[in-house]
Amino acid sequence: MQRVRSLTINGQRVAVDAEPATPLLTVLRDQLGLTGTKYGCGEGQCGACTVLLNGFPRRSCQTAVGVAAGKKITTIEGLARNGKLHPLQQAFLDEGALQCGYCTPGMIMTGVAFLRANPHPSEADIRRFMQGNLCRCGTYPRIVAAFRRAAAIKSS
Amino acid sequence: MSDPRGRNPVVEVERYELDEAPVRPFGLERREFFKLMGAGVAIFLLNDMPTAAQESGGFVRRRPRRGIQGRRFNFGEPLPQNIGAWLHIGETGKVTVYTGKVEVGQNIRTSLTQAVAEELRVGMEAIHMVMGDTARVPFDMGTFGSRTTPTMNLQLRRVAAAARELMVEMAAKRWNVSAARLVASDGKVSDPSSGRSLEYGELARGQEMAQAIVAEDPLRPATEWTVEGKSVPKVNALEFVTGQHHFPADIRRPRMLFGKILRPPAFGATLQSFDASGAAAMPGVVVVREGDFAGVAAPSEPEAERALAALKAEWKLPSGPQPSNQNLFEYLKAHAEPAGHPGEEFGFFGANEERGAVGPALASAAHRLEATYTIAYIAHAPLEPRAAVAEWQDGKLTVWTGTQRPFGVRNQLAEAFHLPEARVRVLMPDMGSAYGGKHTGEAAVEAARLAKAAGRPVKLVWTREEEFTWAYFRPAGVIEIKSGANANGLLTAWEFHNYNSGPSAIRTPYEVPNQRIAFYPTRSPLRQGSYRALAATANHFAREAHMDDVARQVKMDPLEFRLKNLKDERLKAVFQAAAERFGWRERKTTRHRGFGMGGGFEKGGYVATFAEISLERPGGEVRVRRVVTAFDCGAVVNPDGLRNQIVGANIMGLGGALFEAIEFADGKILNNRFSRYRVPRFSDVPEIEVILIDRKDQPSAGAGETPIVGIAPAIRNAILDATGVHLYSLPLVPHGLKA
Ligand code: FES
Ligand code: FES
Repeated sequence: MQRVRSLTINGQRVAVDAEPATPLLTVLRDQLGLTGTKYGCGEGQCGACTVLLNGFPRRSCQTAVGVAAGKKITTIEGLARNGKLHPLQQAFLDEGALQCGYCTPGMIMTGVAFLRANPHPSEADIRRFMQGNLCRCGTYPRIVAAFRRAAAIKSS
Repeated sequence: MSDPRGRNPVVEVERYELDEAPVRPFGLERREFFKLMGAGVAIFLLNDMPTAAQESGGFVRRRPRRGIQGRRFNFGEPLPQNIGAWLHIGETGKVTVYTGKVEVGQNIRTSLTQAVAEELRVGMEAIHMVMGDTARVPFDMGTFGSRTTPTMNLQLRRVAAAARELMVEMAAKRWNVSAARLVASDGKVSDPSSGRSLEYGELARGQEMAQAIVAEDPLRPATEWTVEGKSVPKVNALEFVTGQHHFPADIRRPRMLFGKILRPPAFGATLQSFDASGAAAMPGVVVVREGDFAGVAAPSEPEAERALAALKAEWKLPSGPQPSNQNLFEYLKAHAEPAGHPGEEFGFFGANEERGAVGPALASAAHRLEATYTIAYIAHAPLEPRAAVAEWQDGKLTVWTGTQRPFGVRNQLAEAFHLPEARVRVLMPDMGSAYGGKHTGEAAVEAARLAKAAGRPVKLVWTREEEFTWAYFRPAGVIEIKSGANANGLLTAWEFHNYNSGPSAIRTPYEVPNQRIAFYPTRSPLRQGSYRALAATANHFAREAHMDDVARQVKMDPLEFRLKNLKDERLKAVFQAAAERFGWRERKTTRHRGFGMGGGFEKGGYVATFAEISLERPGGEVRVRRVVTAFDCGAVVNPDGLRNQIVGANIMGLGGALFEAIEFADGKILNNRFSRYRVPRFSDVPEIEVILIDRKDQPSAGAGETPIVGIAPAIRNAILDATGVHLYSLPLVPHGLKA
């Protein structure tokens, strides 16, 4: 199979050089220095590595870079526009929805996709959708609150 | 092609790059020091009075006006060695604070910044904390045991108070007025009578002023706090929500390679034969073998993985049967050492206790009860596994790694490579948490070995499986209790024997005239170590479960029974406060819904947690519906940060209470990944209410740990309440409640 030579990340084409089977996570972190996307388990269980592919949340540890090639990839670094935070990022700040913050990028990326598809979620909706994202520090209630705050801002 | 990182201009520049030169004031000449730091004013806090008096040639100066004792350092004079913390005010008014404590998610970067802001009277944004960089901060034992708030917080407040006084004094001198009429606020000193003012930066300009203090000074009392005691957001939260913060695993160095370690197939296995020819032939791959240690470094992670897979190794397994989680508790008891003598202290964590005459008291008790409780090994499973980047240059070693003990890791590295400590630098970027699980420097040493052989920097990030296998665990344990109570429901006798899980919080807070309390270290089949609140979780679980069982036996309400046997007013107060908010007296127990409590005292904090559970189907899953925790840790520094910690501790504790347990056999961990080791997720989280009892008259205690101890017994007792089933093991219901 042909090596992957370029990707579209956060609205820009960037050069890479990887075998197509390499996890997208590895390419983002090690080749491109996009270390906001985290490794937590490597088996799709924690959500720390979540990025958007064409707007859909994907576990980048489980996504071959060959699959991501040609799609629009969004990482946590590309969420803020011109220094203005995405409402969900702002909501995490306002709710203090982090302790060590290691799960935070994955939570936010999953949440951005979720809120786009489901702008008025109930608490139960949020919990169900976010079941695959782990926070070992136990900030879950504040993360739920941040989602609700962001949803309220977006719809107002 | 341009930078896809979309760097956010408001984000502070990376603080863990090596662009800031090491600055160790210790033993430097004053002049040298300011050359490195830039002009300004520096305050050092010396660790203790006798040393301080000695260090400063015996003339520690007392300034009775405000009670700060300090002294100035003259030209050419070496600065002191024995420093606990220090602070520098530069010519722009920027305040830099140096402490050996580290940020692991417990939010001390913020609470310590608050402490400095409070006393120095500057805005939080003017303060930059340098933490856990062994080349730049004073020695520190480590960040554990909830010691930061009671010690470092106070120390930094003293340092900041001294700096503020110095600023006032300098302004007074400049204006030639009495210092008593000047006021420090908002980063400046002003003279209300004339309306003039000078900013700290202006006062510091061109100065080379160093002062040491050793004071046990009067500080602003908690009742007058303006910055502390208030909720402030995490100081660098923006870096986290934008992905710009560099955790240890995110550090990158020029020419860096990626490492992988060859792990034995089982604990205790030794390397018999090793053939690295396949791996060594791969381009750019470096193979290292020293005894049983073998690993590879390669230009990329996939290449490192391939090289690792190409290593051919044969291992010799240890002979004889190995303990497993099936026979763990018999094993622990069978290998117990004798208990220490009464009164023996284990560090500062607890003690054996012998009081009155337990034997006769038990024999004559109206009610007697005996029970054995067991606690499984559990894993910390911090979301960021162990990670390190090691770099050698000119015989010096620099390692970035996630650890709660940067100086301990520096020592470990110095020993491993036979280096003087001065040639080793450890940097600890704010990490993806630890919960007591990262006191050691395994990844640091491994990365340094690879880097040494490769002659290039090497990054090593443990896989989740490695973290679950080669880190250490919270100790398993067996706890045996015998109790006696009289006909009125007063405890008369209390025997408590703890095998292996640890002595932390082993003493009972209840009033019992006759006691025998003992801790027995044993040979642990798995590597074990610290955990959030250490053994306080196990000891509270057993004790508080037993309290409910005795309450049933003497036919008393569990709350009344506890209050009757308690004298400690602060502990009573948290039980009462939580009971009230929880609605204890109005509870309606059914076969499917139960209510319970657990609480106690540890590390300066008093906690009571109440829980409501439901049984989804009779005999099925236990769900925790609602939790109320009341917590008193003295004067509260940051209420919002504290609530975050208490909620988090409850959620973490819920996993150990309900379902977490390490399974092992034949020297292998059988559930070494999240798909096999269940931790709490969104759906497990109950409604949690926190009541903070803010005791402004009491010193602030740390709070990251103690709030975890109440949840497990509260859930256990709630299951008992609903079903009448007494459970004696943690985890309580790993596979649902089998009626
Ligand atoms: S690292 Fe990808 S889901 Fe955990
Ligand atoms: S904040 Fe630490 S893992 Fe979520």
